[in-house]
Amino acid sequence: MTGKPVPTSIDSTLDLLAKAGYIADRSLATVLFLALRMGRPLFLEGEAGVGKTEIAKVLSATLGRRLIRLQCYEGLDVAAAVYEWNYAAQMISIRLGEAEGTSDRERLEHDVFSERYLIKRPLLQALEPHPEGPPVLLIDEIDRTDEAFEAFLLEVLADFQVTIPELGTVKAAHAPIVVVTSNRTREVHDALKRRCLYHWVGYPNAERELVILRAKLPGIAKKLSEQVVAFVQGLRKEDLFKSPGVAETLDWAGALTELDVVALDPATVSDTLGVLLKYQDDIARMDGTKVKKLLDEVKSELRAAE
Amino acid sequence: MTESQGRLAENILYFARALRAAGIPVGPGSVLDALAAVQTAGVGTREDFYWTLHAVFVKRHEHSVLFDQAFRIFFRKRAYIEKLIASMMPQAPGQQPQAPKPGAQRVQEALFAGLKELEQKKSEVEIDARLTVSDREVLQKKDFAQMSAAEIAAAKQAIARLRLPLDEIRTRRLAPNRRGHLIDIRRTLRASMKAGGAVIDLKYLGPKSKAPPIVALLDISGSMSQYTRLFLHFLHAVTDARKRVHTFLFGTRLTNVTRALREKDPDEALAACSAHVADWSGGTRIATSLHVFNRQWARRVLGQGAVVLLITDGLERDGEDTLAFEIDRLHRSARRLIWLNPLLRFEGFEAKAKGVKAMLPHVDELRPIHNLESMIELVRALSAMSAKGYDPKTMMRKVA
Repeated sequence: MTGKPVPTSIDSTLDLLAKAGYIADRSLATVLFLALRMGRPLFLEGEAGVGKTEIAKVLSATLGRRLIRLQCYEGLDVAAAVYEWNYAAQMISIRLGEAEGTSDRERLEHDVFSERYLIKRPLLQALEPHPEGPPVLLIDEIDRTDEAFEAFLLEVLADFQVTIPELGTVKAAHAPIVVVTSNRTREVHDALKRRCLYHWVGYPNAERELVILRAKLPGIAKKLSEQVVAFVQGLRKEDLFKSPGVAETLDWAGALTELDVVALDPATVSDTLGVLLKYQDDIARMDGTKVKKLLDEVKSELRAAE
Repeated sequence: MTESQGRLAENILYFARALRAAGIPVGPGSVLDALAAVQTAGVGTREDFYWTLHAVFVKRHEHSVLFDQAFRIFFRKRAYIEKLIASMMPQAPGQQPQAPKPGAQRVQEALFAGLKELEQKKSEVEIDARLTVSDREVLQKKDFAQMSAAEIAAAKQAIARLRLPLDEIRTRRLAPNRRGHLIDIRRTLRASMKAGGAVIDLKYLGPKSKAPPIVALLDISGSMSQYTRLFLHFLHAVTDARKRVHTFLFGTRLTNVTRALREKDPDEALAACSAHVADWSGGTRIATSLHVFNRQWARRVLGQGAVVLLITDGLERDGEDTLAFEIDRLHRSARRLIWLNPLLRFEGFEAKAKGVKAMLPHVDELRPIHNLESMIELVRALSAMSAKGYDPKTMMRKVA
């Protein structure tokens, strides 16, 4: 095994994540630690852009495991998620068999439906043995697929096995580390959640968001980073259709640094608001006067803190 | 050490019971999981212990608040737990609150006004179940608001018997289909294998269709009170027939009663509904309710091509500026928005009320719903995509 073993305490889990630049709060570290130790899938739910997918990526990087990603979409079926037969190769094999004069039907069928002709998709790949230890299986945005696929996942997540009619059952010797994410565009069935450890990933508080921002953008000016975080935190309290996530904060801070902004002013904020807010209604709601008011509040707050 | 572990197991068991009483579904499996989790993580700080139990017991974001309260009270002093259950779960079975709230009384009245009367007339109802053809015709056309208790009972039975044709949309999933357009190579190969590979018998795949979700928003304000009970029966029948139906009630605030309506028995389902709602037969704040729906629920229930049934008379008390905005938002996030208005039964109904004027431009269809006939027509319309005869634009032209 070249991969690192899983952490042995909640504190070491926190350290592990921090090393890769992921600043987690203790609740997330606890549930992650438990999922790793108990071999249970981790179900992460939360608004878009709060760093759900990132956790799986960080885990795979820090533990030195392979990351296998299954992006869900409407109409996802077994052929795209688990396995498919390589029909072209099968056809050629049948034709070759005919040309050679192989008349043994049983043998022909046995040869054609063997592992050589199997194309492995993410779920099957995750169940195979890997030299660096069990991989990290990321099932992303499960709410985009339908109930039928969820029901299929139950078998995979409970026993870590899949059945291929022509070959038999494939069972993982070591359970992969499974991370399931959902944006809650629909409710995922309780039966699936019951098999997982659940965690709601919320927006970070100002203090933690500042640490995240500085970890991701080390070159950012101190004053600007404080203003950016305070402004976004204020924006989240507004009555918006979609509040900006951490990803938007990072994007915005990145955009402002590109523009060589050292301190926020109403005009710059209004010009770059499209990085933070993605709905026209929300942008219309945050007009010039509102932006100015919020910015003034932010600045006076920061001055008071100094 | 073993003794203390025994005590811990016991405590977790009691805590799980408390959570169950507080409304978090906690199975015996979760208790075992919790024990395993606590043993894995160890009881270090209070915070770690909290999040360890949270990881196992909480499966929904909404339950976090309940868990938090339960945890705080339970692990401070055990004696508080009875109080906790009583305070958090007024509708817990066998735990009746001392004095029913005025709202609950109203609910009771609104929901079961005709019930006692109905029981007395049971023999009459039985006769009603075998109505003659002409009687049935009368019943079909009679306005719900003018029905007697017996007629309402008969109408309820008719609603329960409604056949709900499957309104289907094409999904992106494929299924074996003789007239499909894609070749199913896997089945084709297997089939030709039987013939030794000599004959290739093509098998096809076609798109699979599926009933889209229905989201019903039902106005339960005073002006709608004569209709709400039967509409709830109707929605119960629809929920029973289809898997994906979400029902919300609104008067002055929005309540999700989807789970309550999943009860098999219609009377139990309605009783469960009434237990959830505090604003029965009060005022209407359509804009505020729609705003809450748009913010908290639209993205969670309107996916996968949902049809929205908005059942209201459109008599709004809030300012109509926000109403137009909110209904526009709703319209843009739903595949089809059908407005069912019982007031439309009047021949001379015109879109004069401000609320109605604000809402009309933003709905796909405007239909009456005041008798069994209109209900049956709605069911039929759900399976067709056209809004023939019910296009709101004709109504708007009438006004102009």
